[in-house]
Amino acid sequence: MPAPLLQVRNLTTRFNTERGRLTAVDEVSFDIDPGETVAIVGESGSGKSVTALSIMRLIPSPPGRIDSGEVIFDGADLFKLDDAAMRAVRGNSISMIFQEPMSSLNPALTVGMQVAEPLNLHRGSPWAKALDHAKELLGRVRIPDAASRLASYPHQYSGGMRQRVMIAMALACQPRLIIADEPTTALDVTVQAQILDLLKEITRETGSSLLLITHDLGIVARYADRVAVMYGGRIVETAPAIELYKRPRHPYTLGLMASIPRLDSDAGRPLVPIEGQPPDLAQLPPGCAFSPRCRLATDPCRSGRPLLLQVGNDHFKACFNDVPA
Amino acid sequence: MTSPLNGAAARAQEAPANELLRVEDLKVHFPLLKGAVVRRQVGTIKAVDGVSFALNRGDTLGLVGESGCGKSTTGLAVLRMLAPTAGRILFEGRDITHYDKARMRPVRRRMQMVYQDPYGSLNPRMKVRGIVGEPLEVHGLAADGAAYRQRVDELIAMVGLLPDMAERYPHEFSGGQRQRIGIARALALEPSLLICDEPVSALDVSIQAQVVNLFMELQDRLALTYIFIAHDLAVVRHISDRIAVMYLGRIVEIAGRDELYKRPLHPYTEALLAAIPVADPEVEARRPRVIVKGEVPSALRPPSGCRFHPRCPRAMEKCKTVDPPLADLGAGRAVACHLHPHSA
Repeated sequence: MPAPLLQVRNLTTRFNTERGRLTAVDEVSFDIDPGETVAIVGESGSGKSVTALSIMRLIPSPPGRIDSGEVIFDGADLFKLDDAAMRAVRGNSISMIFQEPMSSLNPALTVGMQVAEPLNLHRGSPWAKALDHAKELLGRVRIPDAASRLASYPHQYSGGMRQRVMIAMALACQPRLIIADEPTTALDVTVQAQILDLLKEITRETGSSLLLITHDLGIVARYADRVAVMYGGRIVETAPAIELYKRPRHPYTLGLMASIPRLDSDAGRPLVPIEGQPPDLAQLPPGCAFSPRCRLATDPCRSGRPLLLQVGNDHFKACFNDVPA
Repeated sequence: MTSPLNGAAARAQEAPANELLRVEDLKVHFPLLKGAVVRRQVGTIKAVDGVSFALNRGDTLGLVGESGCGKSTTGLAVLRMLAPTAGRILFEGRDITHYDKARMRPVRRRMQMVYQDPYGSLNPRMKVRGIVGEPLEVHGLAADGAAYRQRVDELIAMVGLLPDMAERYPHEFSGGQRQRIGIARALALEPSLLICDEPVSALDVSIQAQVVNLFMELQDRLALTYIFIAHDLAVVRHISDRIAVMYLGRIVEIAGRDELYKRPLHPYTEALLAAIPVADPEVEARRPRVIVKGEVPSALRPPSGCRFHPRCPRAMEKCKTVDPPLADLGAGRAVACHLHPHSA
């Protein structure tokens, strides 16, 4: 077994708000192997995006703060790096793709400059050479007529093309890990498929790892090797993708799967919703965060927090109850 | 099943008794103006460009398509919240296309809208009781205070909210609950037609099923007819009887839910279905992939011939020049594609 590329250990991130101190990410641990695609799936407030931002040390502080934990990337703890060393990691060995490409791109700079910038910054390439390389990158993410589009500005690109530019920027320095936070949520479905296929193909070619943050169980099924399901700031279940879909063991995972309509299922099948509301991080119950909505909840669930324990080969869940496999 | 097509023949005959809505060759065009002082028209955006369909009482028609396909504009035009440029809208047997405000008023009671954004569409300064009851006041439908209170309580219970929630403000509710408030308000006037524009897409996955189930329960209970507009084909398939797939202002295919999913005829329908991942890695590994090129072009300058031809994996020479009509294939199915010429 190769050593994991990224090891997240007991990550806890809190935010000070008007409503008190919220624990957005609570003792989260997971690994990403070289070349592996790991998906974190969860709903709003599950802590999936904060986990991604914490890894990159991009939590706005105040109000946010990484309270504890380690993020070991390629042998070094990112939380122990000084700011300059961390800047040398971002956009270089780890790069990030955000949901809204329009707000992540600089509207006043040409696309060519923006794609070339990481090369100039991290690799010290002279601008002329960096721009040349940028042209190559735009071609690689299949932007037609890349040479002439280098001089265009982001507003002259469509939504899908802007996301391709973001991918080109993320690829510029040949990162070992790409973190994509809901990269296609703002795009139409046919474009979503194009972008995710491209991302997957490129990581396959370069051997980079991919951390995919999404709310969409279909996207997870299509693209991920391994999955972590988050709820109320914690990982409640994690397993290889095929195993998770075949034998979900946490009541929340089971609930999610029963509540989504599927294109290939019997259309008359009634959906089984998860009752109640998503958790309010300011008012989490003392026990399992899912217990107020769980059909199987018993007294221990309401008072104690279940730990993430192994239930199968590389399969872990945080639940006191034995869910029939 | 009525024919999905319009035409002189259909116009001449009486509408079938159970037909609630008929839309014939509907066009909604927006002028594109330029110039600060002297405004002149420099182009036309053909948001909806010749859409026809019929909808029976108690049925659900799904309208699907990507951004700019005209699905929301179609919904707004049916409600007459946008003026149609051409075509006819027949609702409950009457041609309402050119009704003025006064004549639309009683019709509006019979057709209501449920919006996507349960945050933006509720007045934050009003209590739920006022939001749900406002339509009753506007239309003078409550005989007295007691009748008003009773009707509001009934509506609140109907959408699965608790009685004491009537005295709270919208910000105290989650997204799913707000959507229920929006539905209660839409139901206040006892409409026969609800036009639901992306009513679950802003909600969390675990909440979507609650609201979808509510729509289906209410339809059974109140014999409602729905136009369900959404981009999520899995949700649309779940709730609809028939589905119309739109692309750049046109319906490119219309069919019963199961036929459409089992045997899509239009390459765009096929591509849309293939683009949506199924939540099962083993199924995903076996599914055929139809990748369409590029993105939806601007409605300002739609492509010549078939509007889908620049992206179509099966485009032929003819598709570049000849715009395929929506051809009736019988059994409530129609498709606008040269691969499937008129068979009847």
